Amino acid sequence: MPAVSKGDGMRGLAVFISDIRNCKSKEAEIKRINKELANIRSKFKGDKALDGYSKKKYVCKLLFIFLLGHDIDFGHMEAVNLLSSNKYTEKQIGYLFISVLVNSNSELIRLINNAIKNDLASRNPTFMCLALHCIANVGSREMAEAFAGEIPRILVAGDTMDSVKQSAALCLLRLYKTSPDLVVMGEWTSRVVHLLNDQHMGVVTAAISLITCLSQKNPDEFKTCVSLAVSRLSRIVSSASTDLQDYTYYFVPAPWLSCKLLRLLQCYPPPEDGAVKGRLVECLETILNKAQEPPKSKKVQHSNAKNAILFEAISLIIHYDSEPNLLVRACNQLGQFLQHRETNLRYLALESMCTLASSEFSHEAVKTHIETVINALKTERDVSVRQRAADLLYAMCDRSNAKQIVAEMLSYLETADYSIREEMVLKVAILAEKYAVDYSWYVDTILNLIRIAGDYVSEEVWYRVIQIVINRDDVQGYAAKTVFEALQAPACHENMVKVGGYILGEFGNLIAGDPRSSPLVQFNLLHSKFHLCSVPTRALLLSAYIKFINLFPETKPTIQEVLRSDSQIRNSDVELQQRAVEYLKLSSIASTDVLATVLEEMPPFPERESSILAKLKKKKGPGALPVSELEEGKREGGGELNGGADRGNDMSAAASNASTPSPSTDLLGLRSAAAIGSAGPSTGSLLVDVFSEAGPTALSSGVNDEGFLRDLEPPTESSDSLLIEAPGESDSEDSAPPLPESDELLNKFVCKNNGVLFENQLLQIGIKSEYRQNLGRMYLFYGNKTSVQFLNVQTKPVEPLVEGGAQVQQVINIECLTDFSEAPLLNIKFRYGGALQNITLKLPVTINKFFQPTEMASQDFFQRWKQLNLPQQEAQKIFKASHGMDIELLKTKLLGLGCALLENVDPNPENFVCAGVIQTKAQQVGCLLRLEPNAQAQMYRLTLRSSKDTVSKRLCELLAEQF
Amino acid sequence: MMRFMLLFSRQGKLRLQKWYTATAERDKKKMVRELMQVVLARKPKMCSFLEWRDLKIIYKRYASLYFCCAVEEQDNELITLEIIHRFVELLDKYFGSVCELDIIFNFEKAYFILDEFLMGGEIQDTSKKSVLKAIEQADLLQEEDESPRSVLEEMGLA
Repeated sequence: MPAVSKGDGMRGLAVFISDIRNCKSKEAEIKRINKELANIRSKFKGDKALDGYSKKKYVCKLLFIFLLGHDIDFGHMEAVNLLSSNKYTEKQIGYLFISVLVNSNSELIRLINNAIKNDLASRNPTFMCLALHCIANVGSREMAEAFAGEIPRILVAGDTMDSVKQSAALCLLRLYKTSPDLVVMGEWTSRVVHLLNDQHMGVVTAAISLITCLSQKNPDEFKTCVSLAVSRLSRIVSSASTDLQDYTYYFVPAPWLSCKLLRLLQCYPPPEDGAVKGRLVECLETILNKAQEPPKSKKVQHSNAKNAILFEAISLIIHYDSEPNLLVRACNQLGQFLQHRETNLRYLALESMCTLASSEFSHEAVKTHIETVINALKTERDVSVRQRAADLLYAMCDRSNAKQIVAEMLSYLETADYSIREEMVLKVAILAEKYAVDYSWYVDTILNLIRIAGDYVSEEVWYRVIQIVINRDDVQGYAAKTVFEALQAPACHENMVKVGGYILGEFGNLIAGDPRSSPLVQFNLLHSKFHLCSVPTRALLLSAYIKFINLFPETKPTIQEVLRSDSQIRNSDVELQQRAVEYLKLSSIASTDVLATVLEEMPPFPERESSILAKLKKKKGPGALPVSELEEGKREGGGELNGGADRGNDMSAAASNASTPSPSTDLLGLRSAAAIGSAGPSTGSLLVDVFSEAGPTALSSGVNDEGFLRDLEPPTESSDSLLIEAPGESDSEDSAPPLPESDELLNKFVCKNNGVLFENQLLQIGIKSEYRQNLGRMYLFYGNKTSVQFLNVQTKPVEPLVEGGAQVQQVINIECLTDFSEAPLLNIKFRYGGALQNITLKLPVTINKFFQPTEMASQDFFQRWKQLNLPQQEAQKIFKASHGMDIELLKTKLLGLGCALLENVDPNPENFVCAGVIQTKAQQVGCLLRLEPNAQAQMYRLTLRSSKDTVSKRLCELLAEQF
Repeated sequence: MMRFMLLFSRQGKLRLQKWYTATAERDKKKMVRELMQVVLARKPKMCSFLEWRDLKIIYKRYASLYFCCAVEEQDNELITLEIIHRFVELLDKYFGSVCELDIIFNFEKAYFILDEFLMGGEIQDTSKKSVLKAIEQADLLQEEDESPRSVLEEMGLA
């Protein structure tokens, strides 16, 4: 029998609700409501004191009106009065009104708090629960101030009823979320954790939400919950479907609690205790096994509850990312779901696989499902499922399948839902750039993108294709040809005109030899689009035109005429008019030389994070991108054309007008910033003459008495050999062996990046350097200390002469391919007063320059420390302090080393521990360092552990010289 | 945790709203309007989950009513779907084959049941018995309270 009829006393309310429902129009409804509001107001204001029942009824009516969407500006006081009623239903309605309609009227909050305080102290469990609900619903700071101290007491008190405990746990959680500073667990911590053992499943269910939240914020204090959670989970997982009585849901034992337990475990790394871990792995296996068993019920609730646990277990497996067997099983299970008839399961499987794709253990297993996922992208009827499929394709993309995935995404774009087009465009652009094996494919892909979904191609995308074309001269001719062809289409997207205008303006000359794309043809093609374009595009085209005048003098009269026409020079748009006027003047007045300088080819763009990637991150919010995005670089390490490695190429191109840098095979890719010039053809020769022509001519020429010549010389000479030869041996007869003091000079730079590397009476060499990941850039400053000029015949990139007292600067781009111990050599030769000066120095490039600091907690540090326990992974030295033992100085040096100095990690505060990752192109080497000073003996013990023995050894050697 | 739960009809009438984080009234109205539009536009066989702003939306239709929950990134979709189902079961058990009208006329009861089941956006108890026991106790108290009141009194004639 419906409970509605029993105990329902508020007939007036029911009548009012019926009236509202019978209103034929919005106006009628408003009229009826206003009438009611007037009535209630007069009752509240009337002289006759209202009884509790009427108050309750009117407050309830107000609540109803508010929930219909109308504003309520009175009645709060009456609701507060109801709180102190001793009749349960009146109190209940009062609390409901406050919960829904609370405002921060401080006067009112004080009254409310008073009522709550009384109820909490009443010892009546139903009243206590009402009060706790109200606190949780409002959750304001004032309430936290008033009750944050009291609630933990209620939660753990032995005589508190279970139902009150449940409310107290969740109430405390709410306060902790709004005012974490006010909720201090301290002494209660362990008793709260032990609620996981409570006999009452409802208490455990409520408490675990609180414990999970607290564990996320203070993992160390709550870490005992791990073993408790595992044993609780194990008991549930192994229980029969009826054991838990009312906590069994459609034959699934305690699904909510199981999910919560699995979620709690995701706040921690895998348990260290072998027994606990074994038990947990057993649970996870049981959960995976159960998925294969026939269902105990055909009801969707049964399968949902069962699969909810399964997905949560898979999340935990992915979180641990350490059990290859479980990861692959998880992947297979998700693979089954990909073809399930339930749309919900297909959706979740796609979502979950996205995270699985970023694990090195399961990446390959995920890739085997590519056809199914592509099929989902094509055939799913629900856009949110298709979106997941697109996300997964993006996450599973790597070098091996990039072409297929990009092609599929492009073809999907043609029919894709408008809501996801922009994001799809960004993803295609990123994948195309990231996995471009050859750049003509990249250019084709982006131009296709513009063709198919031009409206959704944001500025970032077309900026990026231009940046890449400008930075890579091997693709410029192809790009010019392709845009030229694309522009032939009678209707092409404005973004295509922009890209076309920019690229032809820069590189039109590369295709001008073909009569079909002669300068005038190119110009006419661009200009045919001009009138259909928006102002910014026209402005861009005008700039392309003036570039044409420089590239192709024969187009000058035609273009000048266009610029001179009224539609340009008198254009109502100021920007266009100004450009037309200025360009016209510039082209008439300036000499060819000046024009050539002003309109020189754009210099390469500095390499930053791809702006598209930044945009996608912004669009999806942090964390929304698959982890693979960030991890990708690490896993792919060596292979990326466009990742870190290539940035080096771009940078070296940036520093000079050198032709395409050839892929280097040397250990430490030290690419000279200088033009290779005459040394160019000797492919692979790593002995690069910076001032290549300075050799014999300089020596023979009488004028160039102080010929200044310098070789920059990496340690290897043969391009194929990966062996490091001793510097002396690799040397040709003209370079001197390194100066005896070069090692000492090198050591000065281990912990700093700037300073004077070398100085004698004639020459001073200063260094400024910066490093990021496995790349570095070093500026060398050559200072002439004499009063005469240094002269040399080579021009680029160093100024041809160095004035007395002046400096020249040289830039070296550095890329660390793998770990190394020998520093590259710098050989400088010049003549002074007829005598050949020949100096060889070690460039201060040491392995620690490629450190990326890693912050970690004490627990993680020692866990990793223990993992690196092979004898060869450790290098240790005990040595005497040579510079005193000033703590601040030590800290500065350790920070200068490049790794993270970890505070409060070592139990002994005197000790220093650091952590970092050495970034090389080939691999990343995690390093941990511990420095134990002994002030009494003035000795240090230095211990290095890393995954690579040569790195540990080299770092230890380098560092031992520093302290 | 759950951020909010909405119940609305096929016609887009909001029947119940519960917010578990402080949200300005204006934003609430905007979010409700936007979300109802999205959900009502979806076809029956589509999946029950969607991404909306930075939240996951989980919804299910029971007869003329849509039950719609917004949860956070790390929350489990399927278990949220079953939270909805358990809430429907609770309403059903209490009202006896619940329909939209029950929730309209006894909206305060619907709120009380939800409060016993979820608190602060987290599950308080999953046992049907425990939740209903709490509500029935309250009803008992109510009957005791109101037993002396006669029909005449109620009509205001006493």
